[in-house]
Amino acid sequence: MLQILDLECVRGDLLLFSGLNFALESGELLHVKGANGSGKTTLLRTVCGLSHPESGKVLWQGESIWKQGESYRDELTYIGHLNGVKDELTVLENLRIATMLSGEQHSEDQLIDALVKIGLGERIDLPAKMLSQGQRRRVSLARLLLTKSTLWILDEPYTALDVSVIATLQQVIAQHLQCGGMVLLTTHQDVDIEGVVKQLTLSA
Amino acid sequence: MFSVINLMVRRDILLAMRRPQDVMTSLFFFIIVVSLFPLGVSPEMEILRTIGPGVIWVAALLATMLSLGRLFSADHQDGTLEQMILSPQPLALMVLSKCVAHWLLTGIPLVILTPLLGLLLGLAGDEIQTLTLTLLLGTPVLILIGSIGAALTLGVRGGGVLLSLLILPLFVPVLIFGTGAVSSMNAGMGVEAHFSLLGAFLVLSLLLTPWASAAALKISME
Repeated sequence: MLQILDLECVRGDLLLFSGLNFALESGELLHVKGANGSGKTTLLRTVCGLSHPESGKVLWQGESIWKQGESYRDELTYIGHLNGVKDELTVLENLRIATMLSGEQHSEDQLIDALVKIGLGERIDLPAKMLSQGQRRRVSLARLLLTKSTLWILDEPYTALDVSVIATLQQVIAQHLQCGGMVLLTTHQDVDIEGVVKQLTLSA
Repeated sequence: MFSVINLMVRRDILLAMRRPQDVMTSLFFFIIVVSLFPLGVSPEMEILRTIGPGVIWVAALLATMLSLGRLFSADHQDGTLEQMILSPQPLALMVLSKCVAHWLLTGIPLVILTPLLGLLLGLAGDEIQTLTLTLLLGTPVLILIGSIGAALTLGVRGGGVLLSLLILPLFVPVLIFGTGAVSSMNAGMGVEAHFSLLGAFLVLSLLLTPWASAAALKISME
């Protein structure tokens, strides 16, 4: 279970939010909403452990994520604004290295299978610099089809994606929730996913 | 533990193979700086022989400095660095692997070129040998120490100049013992002390700098 207790985040001198509380149980999705600049990305980065909050706690299974370190990061998959896709590497190499970096080993067939499902089947051996923005996004989202981690933190996952991939992604997320996973995501679009969908609105 | 080192080293070498110009620029910089001295100072062999080891060391130091800015910047820009920090593998180990790959790509070529540039400056055979060995021990120290500065100046505007100001003073001990070995050999005093000290620098920086750089990376990602 993920718990946020009395969280306060500032950026420079600007207070983004304070006194934020919520909990996320297994099988639940939290859709974080809010205007541009209301602190959605900061909240997500804080929950990941990339940024430190001004005050408050982020607890995973009842224990602070700062104390757990590696064992928390093992349970976490974060997809941020940046795709982490290398122009010089091919689509397949990019996915292979990204999954190995998160400590997982997958066979060549599993990797190719994930890329086919996300609609990059014909571009497996193409260097990533030949891809469009939406296709790069797909390379980075392909990790979700393979990862065994419990908590997914997705910052604007739908950006630049076409309708068919959004549908695929929503299926993948719904399946993850069914298997007891947790998802924390931000998007300005409507989330049309089966399962327990909670909402949180940050006001600037 | 070794799988993550293996993965990162191979990844960085693969990336450099696909973009060889990055590696070549610092290598050509090294060659050009050294070959400016016979033109600028004096073509006389006696003078060149005296200043030769120092010139080659300073040029190697500057070439390393020049390449350090690239150590983390590409990973920072495309978001790979976030994924590295969030990876369950220890970040210090990944930093160490990146430094190893960086040394194989930019340090080793400098060491290989040193005998040739030594000949250009009229150094004797045993001087060249000593000089090459000091660079073999010294260049990884430069990269490891420099990785802290590269991590701290990540994403800072004008970071390159700031990096030089931060790191060049820390390079001084390595430079002193690196060039000192050759003059000590010429004075007949033996080189063991200098090599031991360079070796000690290397061991210390291997043990300590990856942790410091990892901490610096986390700070610059906030």
